[in-house]
Amino acid sequence: MASPLLSIRDLRTYFYTESGVAKAVDGVSFDIGAGETVGIVGESGCGKSVTALSILRLIQPPGRIEAGSRIDFEGKDLVTLPDEEMRNIRGNRISMIFQEPMSALNPVFTVGDQVAEVARIHAGIGRKKSWELAVETLALTGIPAPEERAKQYPHQLSGGMRQRVLIAMALIMKPALIIADEPTTALDVTIQAQILDLLVHLQKEFGTSILMITHDLGVIAETTSRVIVMYAGEIVEEASVTELFARPHHPYTEGLMHSMPHIGHDQERLNVIPGTVPSPTNWPHGCRFRERCPYSWDLPEREHPPLYDVGAGHTSRCHLAREPQRRNHPHEPLVVQEGVGAA
Amino acid sequence: MSATARGGNGTAPLVSVRNLKKEFPIKKGVFSRQVGAVKAVNDVSFHVARGETLGVVGESGCGKTTTGRTILRLLEPTSGEIYFEDRDVRALGTRDLRALRRDMQIIFQDPVSSLNPRMTVGAIVREGLTIHKLAEGAAADARVSQLLQEVGLRPEYATRYPHEFSGGQRQRIGIARALSVEPKFIVCDEPVSALDVSVQAQVINLLEDLQREHNLTYMFIAHDLSVVEHIADRVAVMYLGKIVQLATADDLYREPLMPYTQALLSAVPVADPKSRKERIILSGDVPSPASPPPGCVFHPRCHHPAKDVACTKIVPPLEEKTPGHFVHCIKQPPTTVSWEQQKEVGGVHPPERYLPLAAVHA
Repeated sequence: MASPLLSIRDLRTYFYTESGVAKAVDGVSFDIGAGETVGIVGESGCGKSVTALSILRLIQPPGRIEAGSRIDFEGKDLVTLPDEEMRNIRGNRISMIFQEPMSALNPVFTVGDQVAEVARIHAGIGRKKSWELAVETLALTGIPAPEERAKQYPHQLSGGMRQRVLIAMALIMKPALIIADEPTTALDVTIQAQILDLLVHLQKEFGTSILMITHDLGVIAETTSRVIVMYAGEIVEEASVTELFARPHHPYTEGLMHSMPHIGHDQERLNVIPGTVPSPTNWPHGCRFRERCPYSWDLPEREHPPLYDVGAGHTSRCHLAREPQRRNHPHEPLVVQEGVGAA
Repeated sequence: MSATARGGNGTAPLVSVRNLKKEFPIKKGVFSRQVGAVKAVNDVSFHVARGETLGVVGESGCGKTTTGRTILRLLEPTSGEIYFEDRDVRALGTRDLRALRRDMQIIFQDPVSSLNPRMTVGAIVREGLTIHKLAEGAAADARVSQLLQEVGLRPEYATRYPHEFSGGQRQRIGIARALSVEPKFIVCDEPVSALDVSVQAQVINLLEDLQREHNLTYMFIAHDLSVVEHIADRVAVMYLGKIVQLATADDLYREPLMPYTQALLSAVPVADPKSRKERIILSGDVPSPASPPPGCVFHPRCHHPAKDVACTKIVPPLEEKTPGHFVHCIKQPPTTVSWEQQKEVGGVHPPERYLPLAAVHA
């Protein structure tokens, strides 16, 4: 890869709450190449959405991006960029598609207005021109009769249509990077299929890079080329999509894959990952997955695992990389009984 | 679960539902004149056998939740019959209905809004015991501890409040509450949809364990087809207030004769980047249940090659295609709506078997 479009180094986003410092994103580094679709997968609270919001610098107090974090995008460090320049990046060079299509749209403006507004602000073009561009972009997202639809209000559209409107808003400036945060989670499965196909199609057509954030390994497998697995504020595994599904290395990734029921491969009992995610104000020392892991063993000083290179461009934050034979001898995890989760 | 035979055995069903309808009036104007009705559940019939799990799947607005709530009479049905054992559920007065609710319980989707934030976990679980006069005082305390342990929570959690718990734990509290009155039948309304994958698996395993230990009967409502395949013995697929396919889980996933089921299965993203699945992409959205299309409710989006005018004129019966396998489609043979009858209303394509397995199986 030539120099990547986006390069994140040691991103740390902490929230200074009354109950302590929540290290939501705690030292995350990755790249996205031009035209590449990268997925971030993980469960609630793993830091995937905060990573996305950090890239756009949409972190509100008490949260803040810590000094020393770097987000390089098109030759600029977004962490230190002045607010004004940052506004020019948001919605223009990097845009975002949110999960909840109803609350991301303004109920008192027509959808055409809202799509056109993006172009008016960023391209400085007039009302008439921006409206035409909005209708054109709505048509690209497969909305039938876009001229009429543009004049409607969000409540007059179905969930799938609203999501297409959000995609049009993200697309109208032809950004270099689109961040899609659970873009299909609120949708029914047949509508989800339509929207995923649309994103894949648009990505091919315009060569836009996409950062796809989801909890659904199925969505990851069908849309991305490279996958990052996050757990407890960290990247625990990264590989190409085919490599990750063929040879998951980190026990957390393995656990996630095994705990999903698969159509056509029914098993009597689902495998579970015991216990719950630890609290972000108090990540465990050493490996953060240790207590829930069936392979864990005692290391001197509870050494925190680095991202080990396990070959084929595949990295994993698991000490098994040093002692792979331990995978043959799983044991009962340390936590069996659930603890009380974060308040 | 592969114990498919458990569903159809000859014993009397625990719950049977015939021609159930639930309409919500649409009112307009100063005098709230009724101008129409949303046909949320539109003439469905099915039964649930003792000890089985009937899965109900479908997309938002298909009527699956309304069906579940109508059976419990949390919503009053518009018409139709509901029997629990030999009791006519619709004929019950307030007192008898309360007694029935001891046998029929519900677990809700949202573990946040379905637990009263001002009550301790112990009080939540204990409430049913008090209402149904099952235990008092120390006996009730002991029963609460036992119930919490049974769902995998520590007994000392009884003094805490719901907000102190994670989503999965709250769902366990909801399950303990439902179990407290020793019900025979539980409607599980999307009990794992709001949970993370790893927690979802824990709760599904728990529900299966409890079913085995207490011989429970479940109606398991969900939109996730892989979860339903795993937990259900038989599955009903709903679309626009109708059951469009009803079969054992094995048959349904191996032989999705209803074109809508085919589309639904093919739409599920497969967690395998090497699978090359042809996808049936349904065009458009689900029509409004206030004005469902005439004939087959699915015809405007259907991809069956023999679809024709007859589909827009004839309401397909939910008919048995192979033993125990019911499908709502006049174009999948065999059908009781003869080709002559179809031609009479303008049909041009005779029924033909259509099963695009490449789209369904990875």
